[in-house]
Amino acid sequence: MTSMLTSTSSNSPHAGNAFLSIEQIVKTYSKPNGDRFAVLNGIDMTIGQQEYVSVIGHSGCGKSTLMRIIAGLEKPTSGLVTLEGKVIRKPGAERMMVFQGYALLPWLTVRENIRMAVDEVFKTMSRNDRIAIVNEHIDMVKLVAAADKYPHELSGGMKQRVGLARALATRPKMLLLDEPFGALDALTRPKLQQDVLEIWGQNPQAVMMITHDIDEAIFMSDRVVMMTNGPAATIGQVLDIPLPRPRNRRELSESKDYYDLRNEALDFLERYQ
Amino acid sequence: MVLMSLGSRARAVFVRFLKGLLKPNILLPIAGFTGVIALWWTIALFRHEMMPTPLEALTKNLDVILHPFYRRGIGDLGIGWLLIESLRRVCIGFLLGAMVAIPVGIWIGLSHNAWLALNPIIQVFKPVSPLVWLPIALAIFNSAEPSAIFVIFITSLWPTIINTAEGVNNVPKDYLEVAQILEMPRWKQLLKVVLPASLPYIFTGLRISMGIAWLVIVAVEMLTGGVGIGFFVWDEWNRLNVSSVFLAVFVIGLTGLILDYALAQLQSLVTHRSTRS
Repeated sequence: MTSMLTSTSSNSPHAGNAFLSIEQIVKTYSKPNGDRFAVLNGIDMTIGQQEYVSVIGHSGCGKSTLMRIIAGLEKPTSGLVTLEGKVIRKPGAERMMVFQGYALLPWLTVRENIRMAVDEVFKTMSRNDRIAIVNEHIDMVKLVAAADKYPHELSGGMKQRVGLARALATRPKMLLLDEPFGALDALTRPKLQQDVLEIWGQNPQAVMMITHDIDEAIFMSDRVVMMTNGPAATIGQVLDIPLPRPRNRRELSESKDYYDLRNEALDFLERYQ
Repeated sequence: MVLMSLGSRARAVFVRFLKGLLKPNILLPIAGFTGVIALWWTIALFRHEMMPTPLEALTKNLDVILHPFYRRGIGDLGIGWLLIESLRRVCIGFLLGAMVAIPVGIWIGLSHNAWLALNPIIQVFKPVSPLVWLPIALAIFNSAEPSAIFVIFITSLWPTIINTAEGVNNVPKDYLEVAQILEMPRWKQLLKVVLPASLPYIFTGLRISMGIAWLVIVAVEMLTGGVGIGFFVWDEWNRLNVSSVFLAVFVIGLTGLILDYALAQLQSLVTHRSTRS
């Protein structure tokens, strides 16, 4: 039942020195009639300390469930996730999440939303230091002009910048991005992708990003993990993206390597149509 | 020359004023009120023994309208004093009700067991006219004043409890997950996420409660007597002074409108979001 599908990556989940390690994760739900219903059926993967990994798959393949297990918001039925060797059992600020729907508190301004996270995570820090962190991250995501606005006064792209700033401001060990660009329009998306890459490039850290956009996954990631269709999804194939950084969308669009990778991913996803 | 230009400017201002009146959002409400008064006038003309015409009602009430705060001996108070007395009862009962209803609403919104236990009670008591509580209150307190407040208190409970519970239930899951990821303790999640997120619902409940409380106080005061706008209505009717009852209709209506508007303003102040009142 747990036969592992071939993976092009040679990373063994039991290498021991992985930063984040996901081992044999199975997640089942019980249906109202008592039957068990498997969403994830034996997921093994690792993420390095400075690695940007995307997980891609069709809707309903359980990729969001996988991320929620890593975030600690859901418990796996069996298997375990470890971060720096410590087993993840509950949510924690070391694994900050960026939500597809932004999840900004509408009664707080941009500044207050970020401030709330910083206050909660750095309780022992002095007030001035906390304010400095908030300001630094408002600047980082280019929201200085909108810092005292409420979320409903912002565009989708700006809201997600706040979500990102809130996540980064708590200085997490790893970032979980749950379809962070999914709700954005086609003109806003590339700009924010570029900005996220630039921020990450200045301070690379472990990132796991859920997406269903092949171009986005290849453009941003070091590795793309492609999942088979649910129910009982597993990892179908892992694609290494050896494209040099910093990446430029226009240069990539002229590169043959990029198209080879893109075709490989497309072939995989079409097989599981 | 100067006079002429003054005259033309005055005329320009007057014309602008008239044009302002012609805007549909001003013109139509005026037309609506005019229609009601016209209807009243027509009925009063044909059945004059039944009610006074609007003009008669106005002239008879002119003294009361112009001197709302007179004191002419014991029990002979201006309508402003009566209004204040009624408002005081409503506010005390309403505030006590809110102090109980909001925590209970939060509790049953959070705990499914509490909801299972309390929801049937609420569903049974909610359709009971608050006036039914008046005899019970009189039996308990043996006095009109606390009984009136108690009835308002009961009235204010149900809509606020139900709406608060609804609001707590509808707090977006994302907000709570953010709080969990930040490792907020449970009490802090309640205070910093659940409560502010349900405030719009809580205010909806408070506004419904306030509306019903204002309806009920008039009836309670009619029954219990004492100083208040409800007793004023009953007293004037007993003196066959229907003109004053018509005055009371407008006073009660306008006060209710102002109360709701005040709560709506408080809501947009507290939630930082504009509300349509």
